[in-house]
Amino acid sequence: MTTTATPGPVATATRTEPAVHVRGLVKRYGGRAVVDGLDLDVGRGEVFALLGPNGAGKTTTIEILEGVRQRDDGEVRVLGVDPARAGREWRARIGVVSQAEGAAQELTVREILDHFAGYHATPRPTGELVAAVGLEEKVGTRIGRLSGGQRRRLAVALGVQGRPEVVFLDEPTTGMDPVARRQFWELIRGLRSDGTTVLLTTHYLDEAAELADRVGVVAEGRLVEVAPPGELGAELRRLATVHWIEDGVARGVRTESPGPVLRDLLAASVHGDVPGLTVTRPTLEDVYLQLVGAVPAASEGALR
Amino acid sequence: MTAVLTDRPAPPSAARIALARVRLELRLFFRARQQVVFSFAYPVVMLVIFAAILGGDERPGDIPFTQYFLAGIAATGMMLTSFQAVGISIAEERETGQLERLQLLGTPAVAYFAGKAGQVLVTTAAQLALLLPVARYGYDVPLPVDLSHWVTFGWVAALGALAGTVLGVAVSALPGSAASVGTGVSAFALVLQFFSGVFFGFLELPGWMQQFAALFPLKWLTQGMRSAFLPDQAGAFEIAGGWEHGRTALVLAAWVIIGAVVCVRTFRWRRADG
Repeated sequence: MTTTATPGPVATATRTEPAVHVRGLVKRYGGRAVVDGLDLDVGRGEVFALLGPNGAGKTTTIEILEGVRQRDDGEVRVLGVDPARAGREWRARIGVVSQAEGAAQELTVREILDHFAGYHATPRPTGELVAAVGLEEKVGTRIGRLSGGQRRRLAVALGVQGRPEVVFLDEPTTGMDPVARRQFWELIRGLRSDGTTVLLTTHYLDEAAELADRVGVVAEGRLVEVAPPGELGAELRRLATVHWIEDGVARGVRTESPGPVLRDLLAASVHGDVPGLTVTRPTLEDVYLQLVGAVPAASEGALR
Repeated sequence: MTAVLTDRPAPPSAARIALARVRLELRLFFRARQQVVFSFAYPVVMLVIFAAILGGDERPGDIPFTQYFLAGIAATGMMLTSFQAVGISIAEERETGQLERLQLLGTPAVAYFAGKAGQVLVTTAAQLALLLPVARYGYDVPLPVDLSHWVTFGWVAALGALAGTVLGVAVSALPGSAASVGTGVSAFALVLQFFSGVFFGFLELPGWMQQFAALFPLKWLTQGMRSAFLPDQAGAFEIAGGWEHGRTALVLAAWVIIGAVVCVRTFRWRRADG
């Protein structure tokens, strides 16, 4: 099974039970299933990215895991507890960075962090948090005057303030500039090396590839593929496309073994040369688009 | 950063979070300048306007209008800082996702309400501390005559502010955007003020209005305030022929206790699923 890949040395040292365990999750809105039989396992200490287009059910899934949305069917365990019935002790072990901003505009960064520190038994110190998210120069600034990216960073700081065992991040880098995104990635790597389990949603492929131990592709409320980023869509990626030009007309063929195709082409060529000859394999993006059904799946044979 | 905790102490108690919330709510209140000015100026301005228009009139029992009316002004000002301000602010905090964060942190609802209540008690005290000297020295309205009248004033004001807070929490659950909740809350407050005899003698109102108003805290708050500000014999002109302190305490306390329990159980941290 693809869902049991070893996430790293930290997870093996902790309890064996997965941090997140989901079977047959269903959520309907007005009779339409937005999550439709989703299965998911995230190991302790693993960084897992849920990748998918808008409306695929990522946010709904993560909100059910956070225990703020009721499910219609299926089995869910987060840290061994059903989130729908969980109490404060469980909440203290969970960190959430949601899409909502959720902070009073009139408070400064330091004030809001100091205030919410009081909700945790052992909060991370405010100075450590602002350094980790790169907001040192903004500690005295009111939230209403922060940029969108800075607010996202503050949200991340608030999400990890209570030293959670599992962190859920729903599109954490939306609105961040490239520098802030890279800073955020460092933060996630830091959490990972602490042994924190991270489940994040994103629609950035590079982010999933950069951060995640494994990527789950969600389409129409189901997990259509789970693999380490380098192995995502392995079958689809085996399919190479050979392009060339014949009598001034672009030609192409899809095949799992381009070698024989090339040999035939070269053998048939008059000058021992084939104009415009290329062999391409699908990029991560091509694979992703096929997995989520944005483009029709490729099959072997001549191209139209 | 340090490694993940496996054995963690229990989260802070609801009381500790409630205290932190009171400090936060007060800080936020005093940073919203328009709200501060409006909350503190409103009762004073109402007093000035009504005294200018009706200052020469007298209520039953030869009581000058301004003296009779001060009780209503104090009560309606308290409704503004409790019921209206709380109802509108919760609807806004829900809409902007601030309540969602509290929910995700596992904040006990009662600690959140306590933060609102603490802020309301402090701002109500400040509001009254501004209104009473204006009435006393600007309009010669006598303040409560002795300690027992001050005690009455104290418990009626405190219970009234708390009951108003509970009512505010309850109305914040109305469906719709924060803006539409705000409109509804203001309209309801206006109607309730008229029904509760804030602007008129309560006795002059039609019976059905009196009965409707008796269900809500404002009528009892206003009546209790009159019992603190007016001479004892004026109680004869109340609808029951007396001040009804026992019933006032009962109705206000029932609002606070039953209302708080219902609100804790039914409170929504986020807008309905959609």
